[in-house]
Amino acid sequence: MYLGIDIGSSSSKAVILNEDNEIVGISVKNLGTGTKAYKEVITDVMQQANIEDKDIKYTVVTGYGRITFEDADKQITEITCHATGVGYYLDDVRTIVDIGGQDSKVIKLNEKGQVENFVMNEKCAAGTGRFLEVMARVLGCGLDELSNLATKATKQVAISSVCTVFAESEVISRLSAGESIENVARGSHIAIAKRIMGMCNRVGYTPKVVMTGGVALNADMVQVLSTELGCEIEVLPNCQAIGALGAAILARRTYNKLEA
Amino acid sequence: MEQKILTSKELLNDLVDKHYEGALRAKAEGKPVVWATSICPQELLETMDLVTVYPENHAAAIGAKKEALKFIEHAEGMGYSSDICSYARVNMGYVDLKHSDELNIPMPDLIFCCSNICNTVIKWYENLAKELNIPLIMFDMPFNHTYEVPEHSVKYMRGQIEYAIEQLEIFTNKKFDYDKFGEVMERSNRTCEWWKKATDWAKVIPSPLNGFDMFNYMAMIVCMRGNADGERLFKLWHDELEQKAKLGKGPWNSADEEYRVMWDGIACWPHLSTTFKTLKKYGINMVTSTYPESWNVRYEKNDLDGMARAYASNYANRNLDYDTENVVKLIQDFKLDGIVYHSNRSCKLMDFRQYEVQRRVTEITSCPSVVFDGDQTDPRSFSAAQYETRIQALLEMMEKNKEAKRRG
Ligand code: SF4
Repeated sequence: MYLGIDIGSSSSKAVILNEDNEIVGISVKNLGTGTKAYKEVITDVMQQANIEDKDIKYTVVTGYGRITFEDADKQITEITCHATGVGYYLDDVRTIVDIGGQDSKVIKLNEKGQVENFVMNEKCAAGTGRFLEVMARVLGCGLDELSNLATKATKQVAISSVCTVFAESEVISRLSAGESIENVARGSHIAIAKRIMGMCNRVGYTPKVVMTGGVALNADMVQVLSTELGCEIEVLPNCQAIGALGAAILARRTYNKLEA
Repeated sequence: MEQKILTSKELLNDLVDKHYEGALRAKAEGKPVVWATSICPQELLETMDLVTVYPENHAAAIGAKKEALKFIEHAEGMGYSSDICSYARVNMGYVDLKHSDELNIPMPDLIFCCSNICNTVIKWYENLAKELNIPLIMFDMPFNHTYEVPEHSVKYMRGQIEYAIEQLEIFTNKKFDYDKFGEVMERSNRTCEWWKKATDWAKVIPSPLNGFDMFNYMAMIVCMRGNADGERLFKLWHDELEQKAKLGKGPWNSADEEYRVMWDGIACWPHLSTTFKTLKKYGINMVTSTYPESWNVRYEKNDLDGMARAYASNYANRNLDYDTENVVKLIQDFKLDGIVYHSNRSCKLMDFRQYEVQRRVTEITSCPSVVFDGDQTDPRSFSAAQYETRIQALLEMMEKNKEAKRRG
C-alpha cells in the first residue's frame, strides 16, 4: 500500500493506493498546515483501507506542510503531484488550473503528461482561495454558498482591485451602495478568473484544461473561468485530493522504481 | 610591503573596510565626497581623486546586515511610496537618520548619476541633490529600443562625459589631468577584464565558483574598478578560481554541484542565507547571472567614443532581443540546467522584461525556469516557503531532464 498526503494551507488530504493502483482510501478535511488535520486524514484513509502503519511501503508528502512533516519517505512539490494525479484520470490534459488556499498555479503539460512549465501566483493572496474566503466573510455567507448565490446574479459587477485587502473594502462599499450580494458574489468570481486568465496566458495554455483544488467545487467559478478562457474546463472526481493522489502514485512508482 | 599572503576573501573584507573607513576619514578631513550610481563613468571621479561612495552598495550591505527595514519604514513615514526601489528608500531614510548601527557612510558634497541602469535613479538622485542642496552631475542615457546601440546615443553620452569633465573642473577647482585619465581608463579595463575572467571560471564543470560569492565580490567591482586595489583583488580571485578549477574542485567543500543555474536579477540581500541554503540543499549551484557582463565595461585607452559606447551599452539598457540572446548564450556557455528569475519588487525595469525574456528563452532552449517574488532589500516582500516550493519544482523539472538524458 502507498500513502500520499497533501497538507495545504487550508485543507489536508490523504490517499492510499493498493498494489493494483486502485484508490482504497481517500479523505479530505478543511483544515490545513499548523493544525492536526493531517493526522485525522491519515487515520481516516488507514481505516478505509483497513490497514495498519506497517502495511504502508512508501509515503510521499506534498503541499505547504510538506517541509515540516517528518514521517514521509519523500517530499515532492504540488506541481509534480498535481500533474501526476491528473494523469490518473485523463491522459490528454495539457493545462491544469489549481486554485488552492494560498497558492494558485497553472501548469502546462507536454503530451507525455509531464510538467513543461508552470506559473504560480505572486506573493499576495489575489487569485487564490483566500480571496474567496474573504469575500464569503464580507458577504456573510459560507464558502460553499458563493456558487449558488453567484448563479443568481443579474448583472456583472467589476471588482477592480487585485489586492485582497483593497477588494474587501471595495466590496463593502459596493454593498453599502445597494449592490446585491448575488451580483457581488459573481463579481468576485470574475475577479479571480481574470487573475487566473493572466497566469494562463503567461504559461501559454492549450486545451484540454482541467481544474483541481477546493475552488473547483464552486460550479459558478468554473463556469466563469471557462467563459473567460473561451474553452471548456473539466473538473475531475476528487478534485480536492488530486495532489494527494499524485503523491500516492509517485510513492508507488518510487518504491517500485517504475517509470512515469 | 606584504606581511602575509591574503586570500581574496580576506582581501575583499579588508578592502570593504578600507573603502568605508577611508570615505569617513576623508569627510572628517574636510575633503569632498561624491555619491554615485553603480555603473557610472567612475573614471572621471578617479582621475580627479574624488572620494566616492555608492548608495546602492551601501543599501545592499545594510540589507544583508538586516538593518534595512528601519530605514525603509522611516522613508515610507516621510512619504516615500513603498513602490519606490528599496535601495532608494533605504538611502532616503539614511539621509534623514544619518546613522546606521551596521555601516555608516559620509554625507555627499556632489551627486553623480548615470541613468544607464534605470530611470528610478534620475528622480532619486535629483531628489538627493535638492534635499541636500548640493550640485548634481547627471548622465541621461535613454533606453536603447533597437538591438544595436545607435550612434546618436554614443555621441550623446560622449557629449555628456565632456560636459561632466568641465563640471568636475569647476567643482574641484582643478584642471582635469588627461594623462592620468588615460591610466585610469587602462586600469579600469584591466580590472573589468579580471572580473570577467574570474567569473568565467564558472563555465567549468563543476564550477569552482559559488555564485553567491560573486554577489559579495560585486560590491567591489562597483567601487574599485578604477584603482589598484580593485585590480589586485580581482586578479587574486581569478587566480584562486583558476587553481580550484584545475584541481577539479567544485563550489563547496561539503557538497557536490548537481545542477547549475543562473540567477536573474539582484540578490535578496536580507534573505541571502535562506536563498543560498535552499539551493545548496538540493545541490543547485548558481553559477552565473547577468552581472559578470554588466561590469565588463571595456574599451581602448583614450578612446572617449569607446568609453561612451561601453556606458551606453549596459545590459539593463538594452532591448528584449538583446536580453534574450544574452540569456540563451549564458545557458550555452555555462551549461545551465535551469534559471531562477527573481521578480524583484523594487526593480521595475528588470521585472518588466522578465516574463517576456523567460517566455522567449523557454521557447528557444526549453531550459526549465521559475520565477519567485522577492525584493533586494525590503525583507517584507519574500516568503521562504513560497521560494522553497518554486525551487523544489525547478529541481523536479531539472531531475526529469537529467533522467531523460541518462536514458538517452
Ligand atoms: S534596483 Fe533597479 S530600480 Fe533600484 S536603482 Fe537599481 S536598477 Fe534602479
